[in-house]
Amino acid sequence: MTALLIILVIVLVLVVLLQIALTSDFINFIKGDDDEEGRSKFQGTMLMVFLVFGFIALLWSVYYFKGRFLPEPASEHGHLIDMNFNLALLFTGIVFVVTQILLFYFAYKFRYRKDRKALYFPENNKLEVAWTIVPAIVLTFLIVKGLTSWYAITSDAPEDKIVFEATGKQFAWVLRYPGVDGELGALAGRDKVSPTNEVGIDWNDPSSKDDFLANDIVLPVGKPVEVQIEAMDVIHSFFLPHFRLKMDAVPGITTRFWFVPTITTAEMREKLGDPGFNFELACAELCGRGHSSMRKVVTIVTPEEYDKWVKAQTPYSQLVGAYEQKAPLQTADNSNTGTPLNAEIN
Amino acid sequence: MSDVNTTMEHTHAEAGHHAHEAHHENFFTKYLFTMDHKMIAKQFLITGIFWAIIGAFFSVVFRLQLGFPNADLSWLAPVMGRWLTPDGTLDPNFYNALITMHGTLLVFFVLTAGLSGTFANFLIPLQIGARDMASPLMNMLSYWFFFLASVIMFASLFIPDGPAQGGWTAYPPLSYLQGQGMTLWLLSLTFFVASTVLGGLNYITTILNMRTKGMSMFKMPLTIWALFFTAVIGLLSFPVLVAGFILLIFDRSLGTSFYLSDLVVNGQFLDKGTGSPILYEHLFWFLGHPEVYIVILPAMGIVSEVLSVNSKKPVFGYRAMVFSILAITILSFLVWAHHMFVSGMNPFVGSIFVLFTLLIAVPSAIKVFNWIATIWRGNIRLNPQTMYAIGFVSMFISGGLTGIFLGNSTIDIQLHDTYFIVAHFHIVMGVAAFLGMFAGVHHWFPKMFGRYMNRSMAYMHFWVTLIGAYLIFWPMHYMGMAGVPRRYYSFDAFDAFSQFAGMNTFISVVAMIVFAFQILWVANFFYSIFRGRKVKESNPWGATTLEWTTPINPGHGNWPGDIPEVYRWPYDYNKNGHEFIPQTVPMEEGELEHEETPAPEKVS
Repeated sequence: MTALLIILVIVLVLVVLLQIALTSDFINFIKGDDDEEGRSKFQGTMLMVFLVFGFIALLWSVYYFKGRFLPEPASEHGHLIDMNFNLALLFTGIVFVVTQILLFYFAYKFRYRKDRKALYFPENNKLEVAWTIVPAIVLTFLIVKGLTSWYAITSDAPEDKIVFEATGKQFAWVLRYPGVDGELGALAGRDKVSPTNEVGIDWNDPSSKDDFLANDIVLPVGKPVEVQIEAMDVIHSFFLPHFRLKMDAVPGITTRFWFVPTITTAEMREKLGDPGFNFELACAELCGRGHSSMRKVVTIVTPEEYDKWVKAQTPYSQLVGAYEQKAPLQTADNSNTGTPLNAEIN
Repeated sequence: MSDVNTTMEHTHAEAGHHAHEAHHENFFTKYLFTMDHKMIAKQFLITGIFWAIIGAFFSVVFRLQLGFPNADLSWLAPVMGRWLTPDGTLDPNFYNALITMHGTLLVFFVLTAGLSGTFANFLIPLQIGARDMASPLMNMLSYWFFFLASVIMFASLFIPDGPAQGGWTAYPPLSYLQGQGMTLWLLSLTFFVASTVLGGLNYITTILNMRTKGMSMFKMPLTIWALFFTAVIGLLSFPVLVAGFILLIFDRSLGTSFYLSDLVVNGQFLDKGTGSPILYEHLFWFLGHPEVYIVILPAMGIVSEVLSVNSKKPVFGYRAMVFSILAITILSFLVWAHHMFVSGMNPFVGSIFVLFTLLIAVPSAIKVFNWIATIWRGNIRLNPQTMYAIGFVSMFISGGLTGIFLGNSTIDIQLHDTYFIVAHFHIVMGVAAFLGMFAGVHHWFPKMFGRYMNRSMAYMHFWVTLIGAYLIFWPMHYMGMAGVPRRYYSFDAFDAFSQFAGMNTFISVVAMIVFAFQILWVANFFYSIFRGRKVKESNPWGATTLEWTTPINPGHGNWPGDIPEVYRWPYDYNKNGHEFIPQTVPMEEGELEHEETPAPEKVS
């Protein structure tokens, strides 16, 4: 009801404005002399007021949201991305301020006056060349910086990386770890997917035996980690905002992204003074009804804690009884979520 | 409606064979199945306005969900009906439908058909000195294909499982898994492309072949150059989109799997082999990126013209403007995969697209500097269309610069599919293109309808729109930098995203106010058609171009007598002591073309 009332008020305000506008135009029309000079002066002044208040609002908003724009990066390459961001911000910021000021100031300064003569100034090649070359140089610099970082970020992961697999499906992530042997078992194909084999693991591959599924992402600090990203049904996107990491999960292909976490969850909580803080995994590609609910917690721990956690997990094969002939596969349909993270780590 | 075109029937016999048609006009041939380019332009414009209202209303509804999560919207039930859950909240599927339709309607039906369709049809024959398009019949078909596309899209709003819900990009397999709404969506857009291709062919042919005597290519106004290259881009890229859509229709209906691999949906295995949705992404974005230039180039042309006419000063660097449009046209085909940096595409391929994407900033920068140089030392009448044009340049700067962040693949890792990109494209191709459109409608309204739009209303609308647009979209950059993803029904689940709840409420409130003022503009538009102040002089803005040499209400055939001959470029303002010299005025003895200015004082 209140909403209807608000709409009514808005409609009334609009009608009033409409009437004011009609009357003022009508009065101008009756008087016969359109005061073009006065009109241009008023609008020009408004443009200047807008410019000044716009910049004040901009500065205020930067101050107000300080620290929330780019959250503290939690990975090595995150610093690289932020460096590129700040570099782009520096150059575009200068251009933004200068061009906006010139635009609004000129519109005010050279507003219509009866006695003013405009300058016949159709072209100047020197100026054109200058404002072609200067942006080109700046952009070349940004391209070189950007691509250097891009190649570093998308390079092959180091040999000693820790691998885990994230499979997107409507509407959850399935997280598979390689277990103690450090190697993920191969996938046998999506036709092997069943309640007891959630991503279609090839049980004939010996390295699949100790793979385990985890509820949340747990990773050690300071070690290179490669996430192998898969999708079961539609395109998803594996997004860790704090780690500046995003890569689509595409059905039919495996995508990868490697990174080095630089700060543990515990350290981050201390740094932010927020004991409830958690790194999060989100989906960043529209995937349907539950797109905004594909959350997982990411916990960064010390390498020792990580080893301990890995050892404490029950292999998936054991949970679903993949290697025990006597247990029919269909019975173990509820055990697809793995074991929760140890209490002392969480 | 009869007083709109009172002089329609007064076309003289010597106006050529088109004039004969004017004598046998009835309501259907004059307003519906018309072949007069001016009436077709108005049809495009009014249909575009219809879609703009619906598309904007959809955005208000999903902004309600974002600003006031899970609010009781049951009061909207008369309009939204089953799009609401029993407890009055917006159904997530319909939230997805709303964002999909908002994007589709505004990008294609409003900013492509409504903008380019309106101004290409209206201005091309009038400004190059032609009686009509090269093929008036094709032109009429172009509108009616658009109308058919509109009807199908509108129908999809009423089917049981709702309209398409896969985002305006409709990536498979998500779009593959959807119901009838997606079928209608694909069908509608296929007809839409037919319309665009018919129109585009016509625009190109007309510009190349039907210019009046003396109108060499480099004597054409920048509006025509912009519309010409827009048509070229559309003609080369839209067919690729159709190819992509047809493969998707095959996948959905005929069991092929161009885009599908083995899937498991809801525990069901679908044996689809080894197709790849990345193929679709390439086909889609091969149109999808040029599309933003299809949207923005006409607005750029309009703004160049409006700024020059109202500053009474030649557009600065005419040739640089033309060549920068050309450069944008060429580069627009080489940047599409910057939408796919994190799609799993080979990073090396990505780096090529970084290069071209950042290169395209150069011609864009040239245009901005030239607009600023155009108004420098002008005598600027700050009419509403001038204000809209200045707003356009401001928005284009703000939105264009953020493109430098997104076009850099490294930075895009964080910003991709967040509110940063939402802010970027809404500012640079949404708000800016709309401001260009408003400028154009206000500027050529006297030519379209023989009346003026209400000025005070236009000023009010301009200020609310400009301030409102900045208030809505500027804060979205901050959200995007923090990683808040787009197309989220709710941010409640995430600590990192829900911290911006207050900002979302603020944005939603501003969006509603701005929406209300767009309704004010529409009211002004329709009111002025019938009740606006009548135009008394044939050249109300003091412009040089040919459309102002026609009668106040030109009939079919545009000029009652011979088509005027053109002697000079369209930007002779304040030359040799004349405030403006129409293109039809012959060059004086010893007068130089614009290359050599008569009195270059300030130039060093």
